[in-house]
Order: sequence, then C-alpha cells, then structure tokens
Amino acid sequence: MRTGAVWGGRIFKGIWPPLIFGVAFIALWQWFVDARNVKPYVLPKPSAIWEQLREHHSTILSAAWTTGQNALVGLAIGLVVGVLAALLAARLRALDDALTPLAAAMAAIPIVALTPIFNTMFASTSSTPRRLVVAIYVFFPIFVNTLRGLRQIDPVHAELMRSYAASPWTTTKVVRLPGALPFFFTGLKIASSGAVIAAIVSEYFGGLQKGLGPAITSAAAASAYPRAWALVTAAIALGLAFYIVAVLAERLAMPWQRPEGAVS
Amino acid sequence: MSAPAAVTLEAIGKRFGDGPGAVQALTGIDLTVGAGEFVSLIGPSGCGKSTLLRIVANLIEPTEGSVQVNGKPARRARLDQDYGIAFQQAGLLEWRTVQGNVELPLALHGLDRGARRAQALELLDLVGLADFAGHRPSQLSGGMQQRVAIARALARRPALLLMDEPFGALDEMTRERMQSELIRICAETGAAVVFVTHSIPEAVFLSQRVVVMSPRPGRITHVVDIPLTARDEDTREAEEFFGAITEVREALRGRTKVEDEP
Repeated sequence: MRTGAVWGGRIFKGIWPPLIFGVAFIALWQWFVDARNVKPYVLPKPSAIWEQLREHHSTILSAAWTTGQNALVGLAIGLVVGVLAALLAARLRALDDALTPLAAAMAAIPIVALTPIFNTMFASTSSTPRRLVVAIYVFFPIFVNTLRGLRQIDPVHAELMRSYAASPWTTTKVVRLPGALPFFFTGLKIASSGAVIAAIVSEYFGGLQKGLGPAITSAAAASAYPRAWALVTAAIALGLAFYIVAVLAERLAMPWQRPEGAVS
Repeated sequence: MSAPAAVTLEAIGKRFGDGPGAVQALTGIDLTVGAGEFVSLIGPSGCGKSTLLRIVANLIEPTEGSVQVNGKPARRARLDQDYGIAFQQAGLLEWRTVQGNVELPLALHGLDRGARRAQALELLDLVGLADFAGHRPSQLSGGMQQRVAIARALARRPALLLMDEPFGALDEMTRERMQSELIRICAETGAAVVFVTHSIPEAVFLSQRVVVMSPRPGRITHVVDIPLTARDEDTREAEEFFGAITEVREALRGRTKVEDEP
C-alpha cells in the first residue's frame, strides 16, 4: 500500500540520526576506556557489558520480565483510574474541585517512602506494593493531561453542538473524547517509561528479591560492575519498549494526525 | 396561507454584563426575513452583527425583544433543527472523514446509516465534493473545507441558513467562486439566508436586501434593497452592481442618500 510504504519510509528515515549517534557514542566510549585504561568499576567497556548481556541473558530477561509485569499492571491500573477520574472531573464541577487537589497531592507523594509502607501492608511475597506504586505514579500525568484535553473544546465545535441541541454526554462522546486523545497520549507517553522507572525504584525498598532493581544491587555488591551495567542497559531497553508501544498506540488511535499530502 | 417568515425580530436588545461595566451590544433591532429571502448583515467591527446572528440561532439569548424562526420561538426552532449554521472557521471534526462530518447532524437526529450515507453523498455532490467523501478534512484546502461546512449546514434541509462570515478566511478568487456556488445552492434548496459579512461587494452580489448596522450600540441604520436583474459572473462588472455597491457604501458612511430608513 502506498501510504503504508510512505509511513514505513518515514520511520526508516527517522531511525538513522539516533542510530549513527548511538554507534558513534559507543565507539567513542570503547576507545576512551581503552586509551585511558579506565578501571571497570569506574566505567566498564561497552564490549564487556555486551558480553555480560549475552552470558546472563536468561537471568536478565527474567528480571526484566518481572519488572516489566509490575510496570505494565501498575500502568494499566493508573491509566484506567486516571481516565475515569478525568471523565468524572470534566463532567462534574464539584468533583473536579475535590479531585484536582487530591491528584496534585498524589503527585507529591514520595513513592520511595511509600514502598516500605505498602510492603508492610501486604505479604512480603506479594508484587502488589510495587504495582500500586507504579499506579500512583502513572495516575497523575494521565489524569492531568486527559482532563485538560476534555476541558478544551474548539468554540466553533461548542456552538455547533449547541445548534444541534446535543446533550452534554453527546458532546463529550462526539467532540470532547476524540479531541482529548492527543492530550491523553501525551500523558501516556510520559507515564509509560516512568512506569518502568517507578517499578525499578520500588524494588529497592525491601520485599521480593526479584526484578531488575535487586539484580542490579546484588551485581554491584558482588563487584560485578559490567553485569550491573548490563542490567541497567536492560532497564533502559524496557523503558524504551514501553515508550515505543505508547507511540505506536497513539498512531493507531489517531490516523488523522498523519498528514498524507493535502490536495487543493 | 404563505409560509411563515424565516426570521422575525422585534425590538431586540442585548446587553453584556451588569452595572457600570455593561456593554449595550444591540438595541431596538426590528427585522423580518421572508421565506427564501437572502439578507446580509453588514457593518464595522463591533456593530453586533455576529451577536445578532447568534441570537437568531438561539446560541445566546437577547436581553429584550422576541425572536421567531419559521414562526416558532428561537429556542424551539433550535431544538427542532430548523436552521443550519456555518461559521468563519469550517470547524470540521478532523477525526471524521468529509462524509462523516456531513453525516454528523443526521446521526444526531437519529437517521439510520443507509439514509445518512445517501443524504451525505447527495449533499457533497451539491457542493461539488462527491469525490472527496472519504478524505480527511486536513487533506482539503480552506475553500473545500468551507464547502463541507456548508454541506453540513444544509444536511437537515433547513428552511433557514445562518452564515457568519463563511468566506472571510478565503482568498478573493475562491471567495467569488464560493459566492456563485452559494447562489446556485440557495436556488436549488430554496433556503432563506442570513449572511454576516464585512465585504460590500459580497453582500451586494448575494443579497436581495443588505442590512446596514452601526456600532455603540449596535443598531440597524439602513436597509438597502438590491434589485439586481441577474447574479452571475457578468453581474460583477455590471453598472447596476456598482450602483448598488455605492448605495451600500454611502449607507455605511451614514449619508442619507438612501430614503428607506427603518
């Protein structure tokens, strides 16, 4: 299909600059460590990290899988609650006055401090505390962005819907919801990689010894620095994967945002 | 019995705000637009012509006076979808196709899918965009988007079309073409039109009557009859066309060359 090919071509084109930059950066890093004889505990060579990634790929993958699951479940919970809260706040003024300060307070919660408290609330073998931490982290960007999108309405669309004698719910369905999508996805993109970071951070504060966080701690404790770096690389890859899925979802959900050459 | 007047305005006044900060936007407006008649509202910025159009559309309520549309109170007419409306911005929903946009008022009125589709395609044909039904609004030029907006305004086959500077954002060539299109569409649908514009030639070319307004407070100063014998491309270069333009211009300047002051 022509448009598909054009789209694919654009992605292909967009991939080159960061790819060239990344390769150059890694080459420079490798050269610097070699040339200056930097000790591995200060900065390991990319090649050493790569070796560790290959050697321990099954344990790294399983750690990433654990963390990824927590991030995903937490993201899903935060997303559903955030969107529902935004929908309610957009419809009911009184609820908005109550919810917005609450959401701001939730954003100010130091999730690091919350983790130990959740850990004592739930069994020590439970992943629930971590998922809750992720959900709390995700809630705010989703809620704030979606609410903003639902609130703003093109004045012409508002007058048009009034001229159609459309009910508030019809206006929400026909105009506000589709119009809020770009804002929602802005929130989702922020939340997606943030969810992975929140999941990893929460793993540092007790509870299960599974996931990327404990694996990084134990590698560092064993002076296996290249392995620790390999795990950090996996964490970055996981965060990026979440982000990319969010971007793809955005494109799928809003095909009209992809200009395909205007006719005039 | 003949059809009721498309619009009847009696002693309309509109004040925004209260107390010393209040602004009298309109005062003492009396106007009747007959069935099928094309009337333009013209005047400088701030004369309340857009406000007046919104009062007819029942998008805002007048402070004084009464509004009848198709022989009903304005609110009833809005609820019954007795009029179609188009603004300076096309205001299309960018996530819907061209056809989806034209179908919107039909869908909100509960027409089934097949009827909606058939009617939308017919309307797009009327505005010359039958080939673009599946396009997204962002793929169309400004003039084409405005035509979609007109098709959408005509969707419920209203007896009254309200237009607020619909061609204001278009270039001169497109604008003239759209004016001729509008004349043809009105002849085909028989709809009455209330048309707000800044442009004297546009008002003269389109209208049977031009209502001249002046600001602070907004009121009608003159109503100029435009008895053109024809309205086609030759009209734009005809003597009677320039004569009518001069007459409207004089009225706008407040010279009382025109006798039929309301």
